[in-house]
Amino acid sequence: MAKSNEPIWWSLFSAGGVVAAFLVPVHIFLTGIAWPLGLLPGDFLEYSKMRMLLSHPAVRLYCFILISLPLFHWAHRFRFTLIDLGVKHLHTLVAVLCYGAAIAGTIAAAVILWG
Amino acid sequence: MKPYVRPMPATWWLRRGPYFRFMMREFTSVFVAAYLVLFLVMIHRLYQGQAAYESFLESLKSPLAILFHVVALAFALFHTITWFNLTPKALTFRIGEERLPPVAIIAPNYLAWIVISAMIGWFVLKG
Repeated sequence: MAKSNEPIWWSLFSAGGVVAAFLVPVHIFLTGIAWPLGLLPGDFLEYSKMRMLLSHPAVRLYCFILISLPLFHWAHRFRFTLIDLGVKHLHTLVAVLCYGAAIAGTIAAAVILWG
Repeated sequence: MKPYVRPMPATWWLRRGPYFRFMMREFTSVFVAAYLVLFLVMIHRLYQGQAAYESFLESLKSPLAILFHVVALAFALFHTITWFNLTPKALTFRIGEERLPPVAIIAPNYLAWIVISAMIGWFVLKG
């Protein structure tokens, strides 16, 4: 049987699904809703405090995982969504563009966090 | 000879409730990814300096940004719920001959999710 890359993409999809399920809702709520509407006490996104937080290697690694893995989750789902919507004849190009975007996002995250 | 492929319109998923819910579940990942790109931009602005970061924070207060985050949160929660509810399909545990009921596999996920979310909230607020 020919060797396939599918197990790698599926593992990244699955890991990204777990990260997205457990971590993303609270982040959207905190930065996108609670802070701009002032629902929680204090200016908790304040500049010097966030710089302090991001200076911690563990926090950087956390942000990297939080950003990168769900991008691969998106890539896998979006690839098959496009195929389900009828882009069957371009399936190789679709796969390259989707996973390529996730890889580009991962590199961008690494450069921004540690560059 | 070419096999016959029944033509399928691109709007097939609008025809039935379960198809529509399937497509919405697939689309949750688009909103999650879009939010994370914004989150990365926020970190980028933070490293650029106080003025860049604060103008980014100011843009979070626009009605359009808040609308985006409310919609993104709804999709993200839909992902969380559908993901947790699928876990008994991926994992089965047996105690002797008995299979552990699905709710015993799903419930700990929700419990862990609440605890983790509270910890992140506490960390960001106090950190």
